[in-house]
Amino acid sequence: MAFLEVKNISIQFGGLTAVGGLDFKVEEGQVVSIIGPNGAGKTTIFNILTGIYQPQEGEIYFQGERIDGIAPQKIVMAGIARTFQNIRLFPDMRVIENVLVGTHIQTKYKLLDGFLRTRRFRKEESEKIQFAVKLLKEVGLSGRINDYADNLPYGEQRKLEIARAIATGAKLLLLDEPAAGMNPKESEELRQFILQLKKQGYTILLIEHDMNVVMNLSDYIYVVDYGKKIAEGLPQEIQGNKQVAAAYLGESEVEL
Amino acid sequence: MEHITDKFNVEALVYKYRYPLGAGFLLLLLALPYLGLSQYVMRIIIMIGIYTMLALGLNILTGYTGLVSLGHSGFFAIGAYVTAILMLKLQFNFITSVLAAILITGICGFLLGLPTLRLTGTYLSIVTLGFAEIVKMIIMNWEPVTNGTLGLRNIPRPTFLGFSLTLANNGMYYLMLLLLLIITAFCITIQKSKLGRALHAIKENELAASMMGIYTARYKILAFILSAVITGLAGGYYATLVSYIDHNSFTFDVSVLILSIVILGGMGTIRGMYFGAVILIVFPEIARPLMEWRFVVYGLVLIFMMRFRPQGILGWRSALPFQIPAEKEAGQKRSGKHGISRG
Repeated sequence: MAFLEVKNISIQFGGLTAVGGLDFKVEEGQVVSIIGPNGAGKTTIFNILTGIYQPQEGEIYFQGERIDGIAPQKIVMAGIARTFQNIRLFPDMRVIENVLVGTHIQTKYKLLDGFLRTRRFRKEESEKIQFAVKLLKEVGLSGRINDYADNLPYGEQRKLEIARAIATGAKLLLLDEPAAGMNPKESEELRQFILQLKKQGYTILLIEHDMNVVMNLSDYIYVVDYGKKIAEGLPQEIQGNKQVAAAYLGESEVEL
Repeated sequence: MEHITDKFNVEALVYKYRYPLGAGFLLLLLALPYLGLSQYVMRIIIMIGIYTMLALGLNILTGYTGLVSLGHSGFFAIGAYVTAILMLKLQFNFITSVLAAILITGICGFLLGLPTLRLTGTYLSIVTLGFAEIVKMIIMNWEPVTNGTLGLRNIPRPTFLGFSLTLANNGMYYLMLLLLLIITAFCITIQKSKLGRALHAIKENELAASMMGIYTARYKILAFILSAVITGLAGGYYATLVSYIDHNSFTFDVSVLILSIVILGGMGTIRGMYFGAVILIVFPEIARPLMEWRFVVYGLVLIFMMRFRPQGILGWRSALPFQIPAEKEAGQKRSGKHGISRG
């Protein structure tokens, strides 16, 4: 069984089918992209995967365990973390504190340990801070540790959001349009960054509109429209696919 | 820009000398009764202490977690009444009574916390407001226990080893100081642990917090419980201090005053709670010549605050670097203290 396997999931809002009978797979260590026009249901897929929505039909398996229908917190503990299309950092917290919140589920001490300042508390707290500093160094935010999250430029906020997701201990990262609003230089940096994550062994499921990022990064691509899969394949296969072009650009009325 | 650097310097200076400053402040507090202050002044100081405790309690909920409660007079009343009733009718000693009061306010905090699973913002505030009114109604109508609108009188003072704490022998003052220190230490602990970070994360962005694996509902209820417990403790102390309580001691005004202290001082800070309590308790006293006008001034101050400094007087973001412990803790007891990097 694949690392992440999604079987025939559907969800409807009122009469609208946001996702209808979708299947896809992500193999360990791969970068897999989901692309499609606006409103195709891509973010809804992420919301289902992370437990915000419950699918009305279908099954989701992560590392062989069924994860649909369980609480979002349990899904994070299972090893899936995400970022958001519209960045959702903790703006009034420092960069390092944002990452420390990410280590929440890895931090085991109890409140009483903190009150009595037990060795366990001090050791664990110090370890987590050390870990956060190291992680921030790795993602290139070491100069920003003390800054408040809302003072960071856009690109760095994106990076911080990814760092925060990594801090949960996740093995599968769901990145929702990480390159949105970035200029070509920033998005190229982001591409390098994601590539580096892949080399470190993270599996990445990516929603993205920036085709430079998608085509140069993905091991496999799924194209969705109106909540249904309309194509899948390797990047070069998708590039030549007429149906995909039609979904993005509209069908030509005149046969050329 | 210059302004910011100034603030940084003051903050850095305070941080650098935090041990001598803290010791000096504590010494001043300990020596206060021997400075020849009148009973009237001492009483105001004790009231400041009580309201600091109340503000620290509400701060956990409103400052850290972002849930605005307008019903903390309810917890205050429950703490006071449980303590008073146990001491008066069952002749329990102060400590047992207060512990029982803490337990019961904690349970009430849990029950009031349950609606937070579904409600946020204004709706939640209205529920808490209703809670305080219900508590008041119960106090007024459950005559066999609460003595109704006549209130409870002659609540005994706490005694330790046969020594009765009073205002005159400053026992009540030192008891207040002890409770305040314990509560402050507790709040600092919360702030500096994963609990504080989780609560703050919920305030900042609840969805993102749950995507970090934080059980937001549980933590919000926990915040309610902790907040209620501290408020209940302050209530128990208050009952023995004034020795007479009735439903009028726990009106909506009390809830508003606590919330005003939290907002004026600076939500989410501990320093702000002390500062806010000093300002809002002392102001009505020194402004007595203004007669009824002082409430107008009081209102104006709050309006100007909200307009020009919504984060509260002491509610700035710390410009000090985050404290990163030294690389090798290695379990040595002292390394934690000495390893703190000073900016």
